Amino acid sequence: MIVKKKDTNISAMATPAVGEAGKTGDWRDMRPVCDHSKCIPSVKKKAACFLCWLYCPEGVIKATIPLEIDLEYCKGCGICAEECPGKAITMVNEGEKNG
Amino acid sequence: MAEVQIMTGNQAAALGAKLSHVQVVAAYPITPQTSVTEMLSQLIEGGELKAEYIRVESEHSALAVCISASTVGARVFTSTSSQGLLYMHEQIHWAAGARLPIVMCCINRGVGAPWTIFNDQQDSIAQRDTGWIQIYCRDNQEIIDSIIQAYRIAESVYVPVMICYDGFVMSHTMMPVEIPDAESVSDFLPPYKPHTILSPDAPMNINPVLFPWRRANPEGVLCDGYMEMRYKLQKALDESRDVIISASREFAGAFGRDHGGMLWQYKTDDAEMMLVGMGSVASEATTAADMLRSQGIKAGVVGIRVFRPFPKEDVRAAFRKAKAVCIFEKGISYGYEGALCSEIKAAFYATDIRLPIHNYICGLGGRDVKARELAEAARSSRDAIAAGDMEPAPKWLNCFTG
Amino acid sequence: MPENLFKVNIEEYMLPGQRACQGCGLSLAYRYVLKALRENTIVTFPACCLTVLHGLYPTTSVTIPALNCTFASTAASASGLVAGLNAVNRTDITVVAIAGDGGTFDMGIQALSGAAERGTDFIYVCYDNEGYMNTGTQRSSATPMGALTSTTPVLTKQQPKKDMLRIMEAHDLPYLATTSSAYPIDLYDKFVKAKRIKGARYMHIAVPCPPGWGYAPKDTVRIGRLAVETGIVVLFEIEDGKFRFTGRSKTLAEKGNKLPVINYVERQGRFRKMSIEQLRQLQRWVDTRWNEYLRRAEG
Repeated sequence: MIVKKKDTNISAMATPAVGEAGKTGDWRDMRPVCDHSKCIPSVKKKAACFLCWLYCPEGVIKATIPLEIDLEYCKGCGICAEECPGKAITMVNEGEKNG
Repeated sequence: MAEVQIMTGNQAAALGAKLSHVQVVAAYPITPQTSVTEMLSQLIEGGELKAEYIRVESEHSALAVCISASTVGARVFTSTSSQGLLYMHEQIHWAAGARLPIVMCCINRGVGAPWTIFNDQQDSIAQRDTGWIQIYCRDNQEIIDSIIQAYRIAESVYVPVMICYDGFVMSHTMMPVEIPDAESVSDFLPPYKPHTILSPDAPMNINPVLFPWRRANPEGVLCDGYMEMRYKLQKALDESRDVIISASREFAGAFGRDHGGMLWQYKTDDAEMMLVGMGSVASEATTAADMLRSQGIKAGVVGIRVFRPFPKEDVRAAFRKAKAVCIFEKGISYGYEGALCSEIKAAFYATDIRLPIHNYICGLGGRDVKARELAEAARSSRDAIAAGDMEPAPKWLNCFTG
Repeated sequence: MPENLFKVNIEEYMLPGQRACQGCGLSLAYRYVLKALRENTIVTFPACCLTVLHGLYPTTSVTIPALNCTFASTAASASGLVAGLNAVNRTDITVVAIAGDGGTFDMGIQALSGAAERGTDFIYVCYDNEGYMNTGTQRSSATPMGALTSTTPVLTKQQPKKDMLRIMEAHDLPYLATTSSAYPIDLYDKFVKAKRIKGARYMHIAVPCPPGWGYAPKDTVRIGRLAVETGIVVLFEIEDGKFRFTGRSKTLAEKGNKLPVINYVERQGRFRKMSIEQLRQLQRWVDTRWNEYLRRAEG
């Protein structure tokens, strides 16, 4: 659909939206995969650990049971895998199957 | 009964800001602007002007403070000269691109190196490409009146305005000034309505990086690239001419004084030799024109009041019947000629106006410019033109060039 | 999350798909800065990594109002926001200036000192990734001695890191705090506290930078932790002149088991040309400063 509206700003004012840099999931060469049998909150069935949520620079991890990572925007930095005390998250090459 | 006081140009400037109910002032002292900052401090600390004075640590910061304060909706004021103006140069560009209605007085002073503290117009002329409206005042009355008009203009076209007046010659010289009535000024100046939105109610990121190309937003609207945004500034400046003229006319209606809109003319109806200038040198030229007339030379003066946006149409109209032009400038675009001279010549391009135009560089670093020197220069130009010299190299008036 | 495990504001003010690098230490820290500051905040920042993180027109990745400014003028921009907001009766908004080490230690120092000296009611945040990282890792006065940068590519930086914390202390601020990307809760708590204090507040964030420092993005938190474990970064706050260790630094001060700096230095590519003498100097500097802090914490 072609929108024929004009930019009426007389000075540059940008509005918030997801994906300013596009689908940053495309930046990855490795993606995080969670083994929920090792994920402490999943095992304990209550809020615990969630250090992956804490340390994610993008805020794309949802602290839910089971854990959810937004792979559309996850840049694959690997901090979550590195910091997970239960070694539940591993980084897997894009193009390979999970785990 | 209107109140008339004798006052310096700097006092007139401070009173202009006060009458305009500015809310934030940020300024750094520099000769010969200093007393503007002192008088405003006095007015604010004494409770006569309800505003905040930010005693910034540099001119660069002064304009930075004005920029952000104006962005959130405060009416702001600053003033500076010479090195101070140069120091804030990047911010001058920024303010124009950000489309903020900032009003700044430039108390014209020459630039280093070498040092000078005295008057010339190199400082403000060097800012002509930044996108500010520039108005040159010829007397202290015009200073106070133009500041008030400036807020009206700036806040309707969203372009910052620079009010220029000559250092020491006007800033420190006492002249009679009729102080506009405060209530009439409030009627003349509606409250400032910012176009910028910087509020938690509608979070936005103001003046980020723009790509060279246009880019769609999530709603599919193709938004400006850098070039479009800058084109809008140019367009605003083009459209500001009408606003400047109507503000001048309405001010004249409300306060009884008309400073001429884009330019003013003195005895030009039948003039053959036109003297041209900006600021106090142009008012000095009116005395020179009278001298020349007493010697049988039909001289007139065109005082350029608004240098930006350049009054091309007004210049064409004013010089249509002239036979010769002498342009006196307190500055030069080094490597070429006086900027005003170049621009006036360019105004005649693609018209049938063909005039001998002589350029005089005068008064640099505060060298005195006397009416009789202007008259003598005009006479010698007249003689040279009669001998066929249409466009000599710029002459440096009363300067040892041997 | 089911319970508020970390006792932080769970709202996110940074939207996914923003332009910062993989594993960016600033990104991590900024998440918590914004959580602590909340909606009634206006941030202003110069040309720096944050400009890129906030995004290019017409979209922004941050849901807090933001004002871009020129490189040298961050604190002046903030001063104008404070004055302007006062003038239009929006005194409920916290003004936050945030710049990198370039915009704080170097080009921005004049405006910062001016704003601090005037007692401007704002929070100034320096995110210190120890170089001009946005433009490709050029040396700043915050770059540690012995580090390779694109403008110290052969001989390494010769001068020690400028002691910006002491400079800011000399301004007699009501609150000054150091924080780290690797300790987000400590950071969050300090920003929550800072928001409530009046006057000029200075917050320093030690921010690891994967491309700038030469380590893999996955190690951002680890490197940040090692900085604290070795005493190169000390977590503390100074409130009304009173010095106090916080978080991991407090534990280290009590237990006396900080690690030698080699543990931090050896993991980063930027230190690969560091000389033995430079390493010794770094250790000496860390130890001297650490002991001084121990004395201050006691007194």
